Amino acid sequence: MIVAERKSIEEIIEYIKDRDKVLIVGCNECVTVCEAGGKKEVGVLASALRMYFMNQGKEIKIDEVTMERQCDHEYLEEIRNIVDQYQAIVSLACGVGVQFMSEKYFKTQVYPGVNTCFMGVTEERGVWSERCQGCGQCILATTGGICPVSRCAKRLLNGPCGGSSKGMCEIGGEVPCAWQIIIDKLTALGRLDDYEKLAPIKDWSKERAGGPRKVVREDVRQ
Amino acid sequence: MNQTREPKTDSNLEKILAAGHLAVTSECGPPRGSDADLIKKKAEIIKNHVDAINITDNQTSVTRLCSLASCIHLKLMGLEPVLQMVVRDRNRIAIQSDVLGAASFDIRNMLCLSGDHQKFGDSPQGQNVFDLDSMQLIQTVRRMRDEGKFLGGDEIKRPPKLFVGAAANPFADPFEIRVRRLAKKVAAGAEFIQTQCIYNIERFEEWMRQVRDRGLHEKVYILAGLTPLKSAGMAKYMKNRVPGMDVPDDVVKRMSGVPKDKQPDEGINICVESVQRLKEVEGVAGFHIMAIEWEEKVPEIVERGGLYPRPNP
Amino acid sequence: MRLRYPDSIRIIRLPCTGKVDVGYLLRAFEKGADGVYVVGCMEGDCRYNRGNLRAKKRVAEARRILDIVGIGGDRVQMFNLSSAEGPKFAQIAVDMTEKIKAMGPNPLKLKKMKKAA
Repeated sequence: MIVAERKSIEEIIEYIKDRDKVLIVGCNECVTVCEAGGKKEVGVLASALRMYFMNQGKEIKIDEVTMERQCDHEYLEEIRNIVDQYQAIVSLACGVGVQFMSEKYFKTQVYPGVNTCFMGVTEERGVWSERCQGCGQCILATTGGICPVSRCAKRLLNGPCGGSSKGMCEIGGEVPCAWQIIIDKLTALGRLDDYEKLAPIKDWSKERAGGPRKVVREDVRQ
Repeated sequence: MNQTREPKTDSNLEKILAAGHLAVTSECGPPRGSDADLIKKKAEIIKNHVDAINITDNQTSVTRLCSLASCIHLKLMGLEPVLQMVVRDRNRIAIQSDVLGAASFDIRNMLCLSGDHQKFGDSPQGQNVFDLDSMQLIQTVRRMRDEGKFLGGDEIKRPPKLFVGAAANPFADPFEIRVRRLAKKVAAGAEFIQTQCIYNIERFEEWMRQVRDRGLHEKVYILAGLTPLKSAGMAKYMKNRVPGMDVPDDVVKRMSGVPKDKQPDEGINICVESVQRLKEVEGVAGFHIMAIEWEEKVPEIVERGGLYPRPNP
Repeated sequence: MRLRYPDSIRIIRLPCTGKVDVGYLLRAFEKGADGVYVVGCMEGDCRYNRGNLRAKKRVAEARRILDIVGIGGDRVQMFNLSSAEGPKFAQIAVDMTEKIKAMGPNPLKLKKMKKAA
């Protein structure tokens, strides 16, 4: 899923401090799972903001709503009838939802309530880590299902580098060396000979470098 | 003495290796400013005792005068530089362009490296590139040289003629693929290897044995890396704090066992003994002496190691 | 035991302090509470295994937020005791009440009064 983390309350206060009516909108999907922007987080943020502004002697109406997703037209429609009541929306969805909301309700300012970080997994409750960077040309078949693009700090396709130490990446922070994991996996699969195959130069035009991307399925388009 | 082979470039380093001599290279780090005299002076100290001089490329991600410009300065002095190039800071366009830049000055040697992560240097907030990795860089330079083609397929007018090298670390993790990794670099086109500095001679000999088992020593020239220790503190630091470094306890003990003012001399002694011992290891084609900020000791190490005078290419 | 403790305390019973959410704690202050304290089992003795450890972290988070918004994180606190420790329960009530009294009322109450005036 997309993993995000909450922006600081101070930052959000800065965004909305000159407004009188704000809607905090959460999302039931990824940001709920990574506990950054679901219904609970919306409630906590709204409560905190109300108390802050009340304490400052400022009148501000802060409402809450959480929708299923913010990346589909149908779900964003749910707030069409109320959106004009608010001067600003703070969306706790990932950057995708913030933008889609902003495009759809063009006359409304939509602020981000979270920092969107990466596509990743829940290792355990409270710990999420990166697994995919959407390079657009998945090579997991050759690396035993472990991604060197997203998990190697240097995205080496023929790693490891000389900084791999006891299975850990030279950048520290308890980041495992992706190539150690790949080698362990290839060994477990009895395919360590594959390690010596030279991975070809990657076509980065399919990832960010090539510009904003689009996927089209003509066969399902209406 | 190694078998003689036909050199493929005009590189003096390659010619010496191809003739079967033990080669000696060393390295100089460029300054953190634009005064080229600083690098020229370092080169002057060692120029008669080495066959080629590596110029590091923003080592440890600390921004310095670039390797290419430094190599040009050395070339204009009549010396033989080795261009070190990391893939951290350049995409394939800049890489090929810089290779042509080096070739335009007839710089004849290149070492292809990944590069330390930028968080270690002076610009931890910067982007990194890694458009190619170090293996793909080796392939690219070989293709530019041997096929005369850019990666995109177009013809290169006056293709570069570079002797292509890579680094190897017999002591790094994961241990089980250390020799496979060398094989991979050879398959990618590496023609010479400079290893990480060696203190654990036995472990290096074991690596060389596995290298020889696969016949890799006949496909690539392996230069054993050595760094003289300046102090017991340096030995301990390298042992404990530097990943991929194997400093045996008895080396630390030996350094600690002499008074502080004698430790630099002992470090040189250990280095010279290593040279003499490694000379006997089959498959070792030469030495790469990395005396960081201690370049003035390189001549002594080379002379006492019985590697002086240097042969003419 | 029929021990005495201040009558300014409203007790909200839960099956386990693990049921306390950060949002509940904040909402209490939003609605004008001067202080909130959470009383759970001794650490390691939680009847439902680790509920009291979760509550501990949530109380810490609530404290952090209350400091940021200017209410004061010290107004919320967690205590651990066993259900047999009646006197300790009463003492906690007394101590907490004194602490909150010394801190003064919830600043939001004053702001609301000002507004109403």
